[in-house]
Amino acid sequence: MAVSRREFIRNGVGAFTIGLAAPAFLTDLARAQSVSSRSLVVLYFGGGNDALSTLIPYTDPYYYSRRASIAVPSSDVLQIGSDSNRVALGLHTKLTGLRDLYNQGRLALIQRTGYENSSRSHFTGQDIWGSANPINPQTLGWLGRYLDTLPAPVNPLVAWDALRDIPRALISANVSVPAILSAASYTYASPNAGTEATLERTFAQRLSSHVPVDRPHLAYVNGNIDAAMNTLDKVALVAAYKPTITYPTTGLGQTLLNVAGAISKGVGTKVFWVQLGGFDTHASQAGTNGSYPKLMTELNDAVSVFYADLKAQGLMDSTMLVTFSEFGRRVYDNGSVGCDHGAAGVMMALGGAVRGGLYGTAASLNPDPQNPTLENNGGDVRYDTDFRSVYARILDQWLGANSVALLGGDFRKPSLTFI
Amino acid sequence: MAYYADAGVRHLLRRAGFGASPDDLGYYGELRFEDAVGLLVNFEQVEDDVDANIGTAGHVGVTIRGSFQPNTVINDARQRWLFRMVHSRRPLQEKMTLFWHNHFATAYSKLAGAYSSSDATRMMAAKPSEDPVAMEGQVETIRRLGVGSFRDLVIAMAKDPAMLVWLDGRFNTKTKPQENFGRELMELFSMGVGFYTESDVYAAARVFTGWNLSRTTTSASDSYPSFKFAYNAAQHETAAKTFSFPIYPDGSRTIQSRSADAGLQDGLDLITAVVTHPETARRLVRRLWNTFVSEINEPSDLFLDAVTRLYLTNGYNIRGVLDMILRSPEFCDERQHFTKYSWPAEFIARAIKEVGFAGFSVDTAVSQMINMGQVLFEPPDVAGWEQGPGWISTGGMLARMNFAATLAKSQAAPLAAWARPYSRAADSVLSATIDRLSPSPFGNAAYDDLRSYLLASGAWTGSDAQLKTKVAGLVHLIVGSGEYVFV
Repeated sequence: MAVSRREFIRNGVGAFTIGLAAPAFLTDLARAQSVSSRSLVVLYFGGGNDALSTLIPYTDPYYYSRRASIAVPSSDVLQIGSDSNRVALGLHTKLTGLRDLYNQGRLALIQRTGYENSSRSHFTGQDIWGSANPINPQTLGWLGRYLDTLPAPVNPLVAWDALRDIPRALISANVSVPAILSAASYTYASPNAGTEATLERTFAQRLSSHVPVDRPHLAYVNGNIDAAMNTLDKVALVAAYKPTITYPTTGLGQTLLNVAGAISKGVGTKVFWVQLGGFDTHASQAGTNGSYPKLMTELNDAVSVFYADLKAQGLMDSTMLVTFSEFGRRVYDNGSVGCDHGAAGVMMALGGAVRGGLYGTAASLNPDPQNPTLENNGGDVRYDTDFRSVYARILDQWLGANSVALLGGDFRKPSLTFI
Repeated sequence: MAYYADAGVRHLLRRAGFGASPDDLGYYGELRFEDAVGLLVNFEQVEDDVDANIGTAGHVGVTIRGSFQPNTVINDARQRWLFRMVHSRRPLQEKMTLFWHNHFATAYSKLAGAYSSSDATRMMAAKPSEDPVAMEGQVETIRRLGVGSFRDLVIAMAKDPAMLVWLDGRFNTKTKPQENFGRELMELFSMGVGFYTESDVYAAARVFTGWNLSRTTTSASDSYPSFKFAYNAAQHETAAKTFSFPIYPDGSRTIQSRSADAGLQDGLDLITAVVTHPETARRLVRRLWNTFVSEINEPSDLFLDAVTRLYLTNGYNIRGVLDMILRSPEFCDERQHFTKYSWPAEFIARAIKEVGFAGFSVDTAVSQMINMGQVLFEPPDVAGWEQGPGWISTGGMLARMNFAATLAKSQAAPLAAWARPYSRAADSVLSATIDRLSPSPFGNAAYDDLRSYLLASGAWTGSDAQLKTKVAGLVHLIVGSGEYVFV
């Protein structure tokens, strides 16, 4: 819920300040830290992705009887084989590039990810996925806690948030995360030119260097200005990135272009946060002009180019992209060619080092209230992989961190070998 | 904190409005504080003539592309709203409109996807007096009802065409109840998470079945279709609906089954129940505290209880609540000055008022607001914008600094002329500029930085050329500073 998140930030401002006040220039140590490092790109599907339209159990008769107005016809599904329960599955029609990656063994699909008593609220759900804490979600983010374990001084670009504000997952006690909506507009302007402009920049940074302990909110704002000034030059490098293939002009395409630029220019970013919004498909999601095919097209086209671009540069082996959403959606459709808030969803992981395949098992969509793969009287998909098990795998195997410490418990799941 | 001579009225105008231009200071500064509050709160005493000034001399400009169409072109609607924030003589009306726009956060783009960009703009922003079929856009409805009864406002929003599209009420039918509006009514518009259950959401969806939207046209090529709320009795689910909280004053939790024809009353009963819920009162009063008094300091229980009681006993009337807050000792306490993070819209309107606007168009701000994180008519989701520290990010601060640069550059000549009387010494230019812009006080070290900036490129001569460069640079630094973020 937005108010409580705000509340959290308010109380956490004191903690931010300490990190922001630390010397934040890039040192040799920080540069060394970034060499040979891997990067994680988290792609958040905002609004609650209808996982049953992403990964489709196209031989389940209930899929067609219970969601007649929004089901993807079996003839349009991109078949990818069966899971360990021999349920035949296929990707959404528009995910042709992702199907190719799947066939190359570089796309993992983790079915029925979620948690007990799944929240149907967008905002509580975002907080739970962000904090990895269903009981007390008003805490630091799971990636923010990871950033806090990095040795100081931390590269000011160690994380790159491509939104206007910082998602809960990246809220950290000691590391300031820059919000870079677009590298091209992340610049410093001046009313004057030449040396006068340079002088203004120097003094703006000087002004922001004051972090008075008795005015923590001012210190917090100044810390952000200071961090902005410290990242300007490197972001300008990224803005100058010229890929050899053309990215889509969509929001996601242009954002992933920046991410690829940052990886290609070696600015040392370990965690990128990217969002594709519009998944709250209560209405008009299917059909020729439906919102869901458009979302899948935007996703497919942007990710395919991103993958090809980095692969051609030999950088995909050190890059992993992971997707999630705050919940899946109701099994049955509503009256508006859409569906309402549900429970478990599907996560994807792709990259040169990913072990592709189908993880977990699909739900049976039989409305029998006793059906153990559903909940809410057969209305919603029940989770079988705790989302924190996916986080644990990423933290342990990709970021080289200690998931037990960072997640406050042992969520490791041996069968989850996607990385 | 001894600082600006007229700190009290400036505080009032930053909170109950969008800051003070030199003219505003002259006007309100003549009034006793309580009279200034009265004038702001009872704004009907002042004529609502702001739109007539758009495009006239002596005001901030708008950019006209062919023609100015704020009722049908969303960018022009944004320009009109910013213009109102800068120039309305009823600043509290605009402030409350912005407050409710965030509360009932509805985004233009979903509407435009469902209909057309012109119809979506009409649904958000049309003035009935300027629309061929007298459509009233959501923000105009809010503007009309913003300080009245909260119950009336919620009912208006439940029937508002933009809301019926935004939260899919138009599709809510008895065979397939739609949960979107019913959920957000309880989670975001009234009590908040923790005071309703999932089964309340399902019941609320059924309550609003048949609360649909009608679109009528006079011909196939009619470019001004009429969008109106329509209660569709045939689509209303008539069975009883039971909630986890009281619906009626006798404590009963069930809306009894009634005929489809009378079923509209279900929704009115539920709205009355949530509007009169004590947690709604507390949540609203907290939000108003954060907007008008402080995001940094907490209200006392005494204050919360008193204002909550007034809300609950005074017909859920918002004007009374605002009046009580603005006259409270808590509001006037100097410790509350500058304890709120400005929203990008507040930041922009205030900067334009304080720096000046000769030859400047609000259109510049419309585009720069994207990177500041606030696009009017386009909140990020139904919860509205993340406020307080949530506004602040590296990219967002660069955007504020860059807006300051654009504005200062455009005003370099008038600023230099204004500074001429202080030109004898850098110190007098500095103190006059700080007084004009009235940021939260600079500490000694920061003050010295600003002084050093003025003296950094050679001897102070006070020449016209030097003033033109340095005053613009100084205004850029101050408006782009952390201190200026706070209002």
